[in-house]
Amino acid sequence: MHDVNAGCAAETFVPLTASAVLVNPVGLHARPSVKLTQCAKGFVAKIEFALAADGPWTDAKSPVKVMRVKAPQGATLHFRVTGPDGEAALAALLTLVHDGFGEA
Amino acid sequence: MTEIHLTGRPASPGLAIGPVTVLTATVANSAAVGDPAQETATLQAAIEAATAEIAELIATVQGEAADILEFQVAMLEDPVLAEGAYDAISGGAAADQAWHSALDAEISGYRSAEDEYFRARAADLIDIRDRVLSRLRGVDAAAKVIGGSVIAGDDISPSTFLAVDWRRGGAIVLAAGSPSSHVAMLARARGAPMVVGLGPLSWNGPTPSFALVDGDAGTVIFEPEPETRRLFEHRMAAANAARAAADAHRAEAACTADGRRIAVLLNVAAPEDLVGLDPAICDGIGLVRTEFLFEASQGSPDEDTQYAVYRRILDWAEGRPVTIRTLDAGGDKPIVGLTVDGESNPFLGLRGIRLSLARPEVFRVQLRALSRAAVHGALKVMLPMITVPSELDRAAVMLDEEFAGLRAKGIACERPPLGIMVEVPAAALRAEDFDAAFYSIGSNDLTQYTTAAARDVGAVADLNDTGNPAVLALIARTVAAGRKRGVEVSLCGDAAADTRLAPALLATGLTMLSVSPIAVARLKTAIARVGS
Repeated sequence: MHDVNAGCAAETFVPLTASAVLVNPVGLHARPSVKLTQCAKGFVAKIEFALAADGPWTDAKSPVKVMRVKAPQGATLHFRVTGPDGEAALAALLTLVHDGFGEA
Repeated sequence: MTEIHLTGRPASPGLAIGPVTVLTATVANSAAVGDPAQETATLQAAIEAATAEIAELIATVQGEAADILEFQVAMLEDPVLAEGAYDAISGGAAADQAWHSALDAEISGYRSAEDEYFRARAADLIDIRDRVLSRLRGVDAAAKVIGGSVIAGDDISPSTFLAVDWRRGGAIVLAAGSPSSHVAMLARARGAPMVVGLGPLSWNGPTPSFALVDGDAGTVIFEPEPETRRLFEHRMAAANAARAAADAHRAEAACTADGRRIAVLLNVAAPEDLVGLDPAICDGIGLVRTEFLFEASQGSPDEDTQYAVYRRILDWAEGRPVTIRTLDAGGDKPIVGLTVDGESNPFLGLRGIRLSLARPEVFRVQLRALSRAAVHGALKVMLPMITVPSELDRAAVMLDEEFAGLRAKGIACERPPLGIMVEVPAAALRAEDFDAAFYSIGSNDLTQYTTAAARDVGAVADLNDTGNPAVLALIARTVAAGRKRGVEVSLCGDAAADTRLAPALLATGLTMLSVSPIAVARLKTAIARVGS
């Protein structure tokens, strides 16, 4: 019952989208992937990313799935965020990518 | 403790010295499988324990090492990593096997990455896999085998072998086993000395801690006296010097003493075999086995994964010819989800091209990936276990169809030349009847089918001899058929690396031999002596 309500609540939020270019040297590798998922997990919103504006979308809270994408340097990361703290989440993610995950 | 001398059969040459690691129960999955709920709980507990173990390690390291461990923890804590394993468990699989397969599938995704950095992460996944496995299987698991040690046991699985870092030395000594096993093949490729058939390894008292292994003679000395060890170390130093001398010449073209140019090609069991190798040491790749792709993905690696791996090998070869063999599953190489279980005689069953023709949906994916890769180099494709011409003809039609389909879609591709392995006597006797672009003699199977002596049965191993005049006659016949039809003939079995056979093989008219990278220098030296 609880989960059903949560699902309905999530659906009432409009997905927010934005994109950023990966600047750090070896792309979305091990350390950046961990940082990205740690950041994403700090929010309740559903957070996904893709290498193209129309997907396919990957759960940004799963390091296993993020690593499977093997995003290279120079790739554009498209984010799609849905939830109550969506705006804050999107801002945090974009900052992280722009700053090269603190290692550029 | 006094010295223990044991004599078995040599399976992979070389000398080694090191601490002993005893594999007490290599076949851990012989234990009864619990119900899915039990196995799920077992796997969960093992993952949690492994995670805690790594978390503890993090506290002791800094910098990059800590980053790598944090990455491993993040991966282990992600429930997605074990999803496939839990699915397999609910289907009745044991926890260790389910985990092993799920992680192998994940690992093959990394191995096929275009990007060097992501490919290198395969090692982290292997580490994660083995750490959890060692929790599931107990102290004897692969993760506990330290590189540089002498591994002693009844038998050893390929995955255990592959989990060990053989660059640090070490050897394998087995109570059972066979020089023709899959592991022996891998050991020869990696340069790890191996002795098999030592008989029961039962110790009176504590298990030995140290051993000297002579993979040339097939002998092992446990707990050597200081003097024995000193003499052995002396021999090892001399052997290393001789090998270094041979290695210095391994980039030179191979010629017999009477001036005949012999092409020396490489056998490759996995792309890792090529790491750090200079392509200048060979005239191309004579055999790329593709089974590793299928083992890792439970029978069906996708087209892009295969394409990426094939392309990498072609890139490595820098324009030299590369012969890739289509899937050769069955016989002694079962693949879960693909080969037939319970055949009364798998070597005479649905294997090689027979299996591929029976499973066209799998075969066609490989043919498409190969056609796409052919754009990137001099690719040739060969079919294993061909017995009658119609098998080659059917495969050729499929290749033409897949090539045409790709081209119609505007995808870059080329139609690679299609040749056959000659390993069934029926094909060797009538080689000229096959419309093949080349012949590649698979001496291992040709020998066992001609002598009716299995490669993996120790008791008849003496009969399994490529030097048998009947086998040599079939090889000579194939060479003559190739000459008549104007197509190349090569030999890519273990016999090519057996330097004692070099004169007999070259006497059949062969001019192309394909061997493991480790055997290149030795073979070139042996060739130089032929005809003198």
